[in-house]
Amino acid sequence: MYSEKVVEFFMHPRNVGRLDPADGVGEVGNPRCGDVMKIYIQVRDNRIDDIRFETFGCAAAIATSSMITEMVKGKTLEEALEVSNEDVLDALGGLPPEKIHCSLLAEEGIRAAVEDYRKRQSP
Amino acid sequence: MPVRPIYLDHSATTPLDGVVLEAMMPYLRENFGNPNSIHAWGRRARQAVEEARGAVASLVGAKDREVFFTGGGSEADNLAIKGTALARQQKGRHLITSAIEHHAVLDVFSWLGKQGFDVTVLSVDETGRVSPKDLERALRPDTTLVSIMFANNEIGTLQPVAELGELCRQRDVLFHTDAVQVVGHLPLDLATLPVDLLTMSAHKMYGPKGVGALFVRRGVRIDPLVHGGGQERGLRSGTENVAGIVGFGAAARLARERLAAGEHLKEAELRDHLLEGLLEVDDVLLTGHRTDRLPFHASVCVRFIEGEALLLRLDAAGIGASSGSACTSGSLDPSHVLLALGLDHATAHGSLRLSLGKDTSREDVDRTRAAFREIVEVLRAMSPFGRNK
Repeated sequence: MYSEKVVEFFMHPRNVGRLDPADGVGEVGNPRCGDVMKIYIQVRDNRIDDIRFETFGCAAAIATSSMITEMVKGKTLEEALEVSNEDVLDALGGLPPEKIHCSLLAEEGIRAAVEDYRKRQSP
Repeated sequence: MPVRPIYLDHSATTPLDGVVLEAMMPYLRENFGNPNSIHAWGRRARQAVEEARGAVASLVGAKDREVFFTGGGSEADNLAIKGTALARQQKGRHLITSAIEHHAVLDVFSWLGKQGFDVTVLSVDETGRVSPKDLERALRPDTTLVSIMFANNEIGTLQPVAELGELCRQRDVLFHTDAVQVVGHLPLDLATLPVDLLTMSAHKMYGPKGVGALFVRRGVRIDPLVHGGGQERGLRSGTENVAGIVGFGAAARLARERLAAGEHLKEAELRDHLLEGLLEVDDVLLTGHRTDRLPFHASVCVRFIEGEALLLRLDAAGIGASSGSACTSGSLDPSHVLLALGLDHATAHGSLRLSLGKDTSREDVDRTRAAFREIVEVLRAMSPFGRNK
């Protein structure tokens, strides 16, 4: 059902937890649907210097959170926003069709965190 | 170091008992005859089928002639419900079922609804029980059939079948119950239980897959779904699945011995030991009834985490379980059973079912309790929700 990569990132997730203080926090999803992703970022010189996530959801949701945080870490905000759900899917070796929405959630999560950061920067 | 895997999904299916397999083998090899043939090959097969019928009948306190073999539990449910609805449509077209039935029942009723039948779906209380009072209110002069499961597969709750059946009997309404989770696991006596139609399945009780049976009380007339050679006294045409039926019979004999030895009582103690371990973790809720439940069935909802993640982590630890979360069903909603209990979606997403088997040991349960505690802690650390968040 899941690729080896998904299982690996689910069983040994990277960047779990929260950042306190965080420069930006993005929360996406809905507990009603069984998926909530919360992304915390610290930004230095326009780069994602550190990143953490907390996810309520299935194995795919946890694996995509884990993968996307790895992928955007160290990137400029512009580069981070260019990471798409397709990139996450490729990196994970694909997801079952009914789980594709998890990868979209991951993309939205990064976007929400960056937006939150930018909102905090512009008074 | 690899540890022995622990299978705790016996509500889904059970392993085939070695004794059952042995009993079946001759009917897959030398005793290949068609039971409808009159020569020696045929007679041997016929005799085996009828002996199996006797064994299944005596397991549930039925007469041999009241047991009709089918191709499984779902087929038996379909036969009971459609067969009754069609046979009695001159009398009326009103049917009653409950909100927590298996899809093999619920989807049959929704199909019948589309064919112009009037279907009432009874709700359940927070433990999953149908109230006899609600049934009494729902019964009408044109009601022909009530179908309410004996025990629920997801939450283990046993229904007050005797009371429900009695209400139907008083009004000449047929009462069907899907008992696939119960047969072979709890003593049943259809000689006294007011049930007209009862569904059984071999693979839920250490028999083979692809064979089930419908109990049809003597004198009850229903229409067949499969027409043809007139096997099973016209109720289920098609050459009998001889080896499967023989396996069902063998499994029934073994189940009867286990019940006579009181093994279901020991199983219930082990279940309580498991439940105690699950419920001592914070924010874990029992689903279903605490005491009126299947002796091998433990089910809970774990708040703040999602069931599929829990399931896969248990699997990685060598423990086979199941969940009614949306992510395991491929839809956005958790199971209809959990929602019918009144649980909110987020809680229902954290559902877990562990169903014990005849070979589950106390050590297996202890290991499962420990793995559960550890995995819940790990997943909660990843979750944005929780007590301290």
